[in-house]
Amino acid sequence: MSAAAVKKRTFGVIAEFGSAAELYRAAERVRDQGYRFWDAHSPFPIHGMNEAMGLKKSPLGYIIFWGGFLGFLTAVLLEYIPTSFLFPLIVHGKPVDFFTVPAFFPIMFELTILFAGFTAFFGVFVMNRLPRLHHPLFDYAPFARVTDDAFFIVIESGDPKFAEAGTSEFLEEIGGRGVTVLYESD
Amino acid sequence: MPRPAMVENNRSMHWITNLLAGIPERKAPLWWWVAIAVTGSFATFGVFCIIYLLWTGVGVWGNNLPMAWAWGITNFVFWIGIGHAGTLISAILFLCRQKWRTAVNRSAEAMTLFAVMCAAIFPAIHVGRIWMIWFVAPVPVPNWIWPNFRSPLLWDVFAVSTYFTVSFFFWYLGLVPDVATVRDRARGRVAKFCYGLLALGWRGGHRQWRHYEMSYLILAGISTPLVLSVHSTVSFDFATSLIPGWHTTIFPPYFVAGAIFGGFAMVLTLLIPSRALFKLHDVITWNHIDVMCKITLLTGSMVGYSYRMEFFVAYYGADPFERYIFLNHYFGPYWWVGYGMFIGNVLMPQLFWVRAFRRNVWTVYLVAMCANAGMWFERFAIIAVSLHRDFLPSSWQMYYPTWVDIFTFAGTIGLFLTLFLLFIRFLPTVAMSEVKSVLPEADPHHYEPLPAKIVAMEETQA
Repeated sequence: MSAAAVKKRTFGVIAEFGSAAELYRAAERVRDQGYRFWDAHSPFPIHGMNEAMGLKKSPLGYIIFWGGFLGFLTAVLLEYIPTSFLFPLIVHGKPVDFFTVPAFFPIMFELTILFAGFTAFFGVFVMNRLPRLHHPLFDYAPFARVTDDAFFIVIESGDPKFAEAGTSEFLEEIGGRGVTVLYESD
Repeated sequence: MPRPAMVENNRSMHWITNLLAGIPERKAPLWWWVAIAVTGSFATFGVFCIIYLLWTGVGVWGNNLPMAWAWGITNFVFWIGIGHAGTLISAILFLCRQKWRTAVNRSAEAMTLFAVMCAAIFPAIHVGRIWMIWFVAPVPVPNWIWPNFRSPLLWDVFAVSTYFTVSFFFWYLGLVPDVATVRDRARGRVAKFCYGLLALGWRGGHRQWRHYEMSYLILAGISTPLVLSVHSTVSFDFATSLIPGWHTTIFPPYFVAGAIFGGFAMVLTLLIPSRALFKLHDVITWNHIDVMCKITLLTGSMVGYSYRMEFFVAYYGADPFERYIFLNHYFGPYWWVGYGMFIGNVLMPQLFWVRAFRRNVWTVYLVAMCANAGMWFERFAIIAVSLHRDFLPSSWQMYYPTWVDIFTFAGTIGLFLTLFLLFIRFLPTVAMSEVKSVLPEADPHHYEPLPAKIVAMEETQA
């Protein structure tokens, strides 16, 4: 069976836009059309794009709060409880009891920050399903310019409203250039 | 009054990409090889000095009994302080929406990381029998002793290691979209593979950017109290002791102001040559150097206020030992250290009141170098000069550094510059995606003629 005979699965349709302003307006149109599995790619984060795409605020903030809280608990379990209650060590004749807690604040603070930092950093990549070695978008040569000065909208074939011809037409209608159908890599 | 443009000469996004991503793509220029040969040699000899110290003992340094802490801890505090400007630029100025930070934050953050690496060397090799260092870890079984978590020295370990980790995350997160740019332009197989790995598959979709922006904002938010806490914690090492000249409540804010001052001086020291050598004049403009000079002036004046306030408190506190120590700083055998720090940190930055001096490369560089030296003198004054004449005149001593002292410090300078040279050669020196985002055309409501088709469509809708 030749390679051409294998029907490749469609990944989605991509269209290029000329500027951040054009991308923003086009994103509003895609949102109003009711698409759900799509994305607007740009070389830098565009202010107000959450609203234009109809996305909510990233939930990462709440996750990071719990990360920081875990760090605080770690500090309590690591230093305060052992030093004051389990392995009391008397230094300089100073008391070892419940009320010496201010001396533990610096490390409680640092571990809160440390764990929140870990959550913030790894949270981005978990939420974005990264790192990954390949993606169908990378097969489309012009997409390499997305990290330079190009702006793209991609509507994925998984979207309930996706229809290869109809979606391509729609992207052209809202000002997209070079509308192309993309296929899964394998 | 219109604000000055962030990037001069109306440069396009593609021009910015070509300029900055072009640096890792080209062959290294000759000056780079010469510079790294020199700094690398110093770093290598520093490694030799450290091995010699570990092999022989801390006695190879000039430390003596009232001065059990001398160059080693001075260098530690000096390097930790350098890092603070990086976090100030990347976190505090981000929260204050100071858009000019985009041109300098990447290299300032890299400088932070490298400075903290240099700093961490000193306390580690200062402990003496380094193979016993596991005793500080919280392992209760061997001798039933839990580390003393109420000691500022242990707070310091946590503060510095947290600072390094969070600064690294902050730096790397910002680097991901820019490494993706280098990946997408790379030609060679090795470059494609390496930058591809580092970019972690970044695609720049807004569904990625929105988590990225939230994470970046929160990292900035948590780094802000962190950076203020780190040098405060370093100052607790001294402030919680009973040594006159150390036992001072002003230390935390005084150390933080000094750290930011010294850090900005180092940022200027590194950025002015890299700006000239890589022709970054349109991205790092005179306006950027101007505002950094103003921060140097502000923090230098805060440092000057602290010096004088310490003097006043010593006079007003009526403690004869403390009065003696502060007079000894300026009129004792180490008078030249006292004047060196006062001239370098307080008087020289006053030149920056004059606009012409803030916009002349030679005066800016002169003040930055004076501040670098002055900050080292300040740490030596606080740590060593306060120790050399303690309560008991019979134990008074002078400090004479040995060749190991000198070349270990020179070795960390070499290491710092070597790492910085590697950074500017192989990674995007300026945060491209952030610089693009402050261009006027990055604003989605920026006025420019839209394609007629869209205008017509929107008119029919309305």
